[in-house]
Amino acid sequence: MLKDDKRLSMLEEFLKEHQYQKGALLEILHKAHELYGYFDETLLTFISEHLNFPPSHVYGVASFYNFFKLKKVGEHVVTACMGTACYVRGVEEIISAIEREFNLERGESTSDGKLSLFVTRCIGACATAPNIVVDEEVIGKATKEVVLRKIELVLGGEKTETS
Amino acid sequence: MKLAETELDLQRAYKHRINVCCSSGCVHFGALKVLKAFEDAIKESDVQKECKVARTGCLGTCSVGPAVVVEPGDYIYQSVTPEKAREIVRDHVVLGLPLKHLLYSNEVFFKKQRRLVLRNAGKIDPLRIEDYIANGGYSALVKCLTKMSPQEVIDEVSVSGLRGRGGAGFQTGQKWNFVARAHGSPKYIVANLDEGDPGVFANRTLAEADPHAIIEGMLLAAHAIGADRGYIYIRAEYPLAVQTLRKALEQATSLNLVGENILETTFKFDVELRLGAGAFVAGEETAILASIEGLRAMPRPRPPYPATSGLWRKPTLIQNVETLANIPLIVLNGGEWFSRIGSPKCTGTKCFSLTGDINNPGLIEIPMGITLREVVFEIGGGVRNNRAFKAVLVGGPSGGCLPETLLDLQIDYESLTRAGAIMGSGGIVVIDDKSCMVDTAKFFIDFCVEESCGKCSPCRAGLLKVKRVFEGIIRGKGRTEDLLILEKSSVYIREASLCGLGQTAPNPVLTTLRYFRDEYASHIVDKICPAGKCFKNKKEASKT
Repeated sequence: MLKDDKRLSMLEEFLKEHQYQKGALLEILHKAHELYGYFDETLLTFISEHLNFPPSHVYGVASFYNFFKLKKVGEHVVTACMGTACYVRGVEEIISAIEREFNLERGESTSDGKLSLFVTRCIGACATAPNIVVDEEVIGKATKEVVLRKIELVLGGEKTETS
Repeated sequence: MKLAETELDLQRAYKHRINVCCSSGCVHFGALKVLKAFEDAIKESDVQKECKVARTGCLGTCSVGPAVVVEPGDYIYQSVTPEKAREIVRDHVVLGLPLKHLLYSNEVFFKKQRRLVLRNAGKIDPLRIEDYIANGGYSALVKCLTKMSPQEVIDEVSVSGLRGRGGAGFQTGQKWNFVARAHGSPKYIVANLDEGDPGVFANRTLAEADPHAIIEGMLLAAHAIGADRGYIYIRAEYPLAVQTLRKALEQATSLNLVGENILETTFKFDVELRLGAGAFVAGEETAILASIEGLRAMPRPRPPYPATSGLWRKPTLIQNVETLANIPLIVLNGGEWFSRIGSPKCTGTKCFSLTGDINNPGLIEIPMGITLREVVFEIGGGVRNNRAFKAVLVGGPSGGCLPETLLDLQIDYESLTRAGAIMGSGGIVVIDDKSCMVDTAKFFIDFCVEESCGKCSPCRAGLLKVKRVFEGIIRGKGRTEDLLILEKSSVYIREASLCGLGQTAPNPVLTTLRYFRDEYASHIVDKICPAGKCFKNKKEASKT
């Protein structure tokens, strides 16, 4: 069961606004994602029940699109841009450095849930490649050193505990 | 229009106008702080009455952001900081002395460009419809609703020779005729702003800089083909563009330019924004329809074409936003005028995101028919850090890697296709001698494997096979027969795939095999990666 809170009532309101129409699935998923930050089974089941879809259909659509996250996201998020320009200018090296330093893999979070690392297809700031987004801030013309220091800063100067 | 006059009078009252580029690129560099600094400095110097500060869209000089233009005279300042902003107000605005050492000195960047689609980018405030109207905006709509029949609009577009800017290059006028003649109602228009190609940001910039040009283009198309509902399908990853378009739609609706009884005629047209969710294949015309209907963005076989059976099986016109932004100009100036721009078979201009190892990365708009060399070495200022040019990738991840010998190629649909590349949605990435072409080709294949929707097996399984072969080669385990396997599989995938993604995905492989075969040979036979990217020497190759 979903927790009965403000988010749930907003989602219900939104469903009503769209008259529970099947065609509005993508918009409803967007809204739910915006409210909850990611999809878990209860949330997707909730949506499928309200739109009268089999859960597999809703999961199928949700998992098709890269923008939707199916796992809880860490407290801090690092997103590396993997656009062509960033790749050509060596973003891969920076990503590997983050993976090594914080002991996590792209697409995953650290075991304490403090940090997540995602790779995205182009944030469209190719002129300043390579780009790394730490929380909301875009670091253009990024280097390994600058990014690692920045991540440690947002983590409060402490390195994540790794199991 | 009265509104245009009042707004122009208002603008003439100012002696100076400071345009601060606030598109995504410049915002990353701190443009919003600069904007604030200008506003403060103007208040402090007490010149509010003479000088207007506006937030505008992209100038294209993304490498030296935040960029600021001071009018009159179009002085472009580069890499402006809040401190420099105060200096500019003090010396340039108050004393009338431009700060020469801060000016953008790179005139070649603009010399060969021709800005039609981006006519208002960097000039108007995209959040104010009044600015757009004062610059001639929506006058094409007035002309079209008062003086032109739908067929006359279509005929002008046909005469212009405008071709779809989404990649395939289909004749726009012909497509409009199909939809106009199709049976069924209602009819829909879909504006495609699902710019999923990594390294391409032209459409996003257009939406951020001049959203009303897209909306006006849709309205004109709607009048021509008889549609009464439109969707703008935009990537959710473009928050600023989404906000800008949303605001623009609100303003257009409140001025009765969108909705019922537009400009007091019987014409009605509603526009709705639909957010994509990060699927490269959603840019394909039948996949975008599935996505708007709330399904997985998977393409379906054509025919039936969307022109007869599109959204909810109704006739639908799908058009890239860059194509749409050209329409107001064609309606205003005539198709004849437009057809004289660019090259005869390929009229008009094209926006490109120019990136990679290049001195002046940014957003450019060039007349069709100029050469790649002009783009890379004149507008782009050549390869960064004085390194040697190796290749230029044209057309995004499913485009082609072209070598130096092909730099004199003219940029138009046919020439690019003949060379193995595509126009795509307009990405040009310059690659220098540090990059390994085998590794680069693999990068694109990886992308297409990820983004393949999985519906048809040539694309789903074929690309995976190609990827496996590449993995062997870059680990030094390549065999001589691999080249043949790559070539054959690529051709199969290209010929047998259902949609544009699969049909073009092998392009990077085929072009690198064609133009950079010696690099493959070094990897496979000599076990050397010439760029030192995959493995340094024989010893390392055998270890991996």
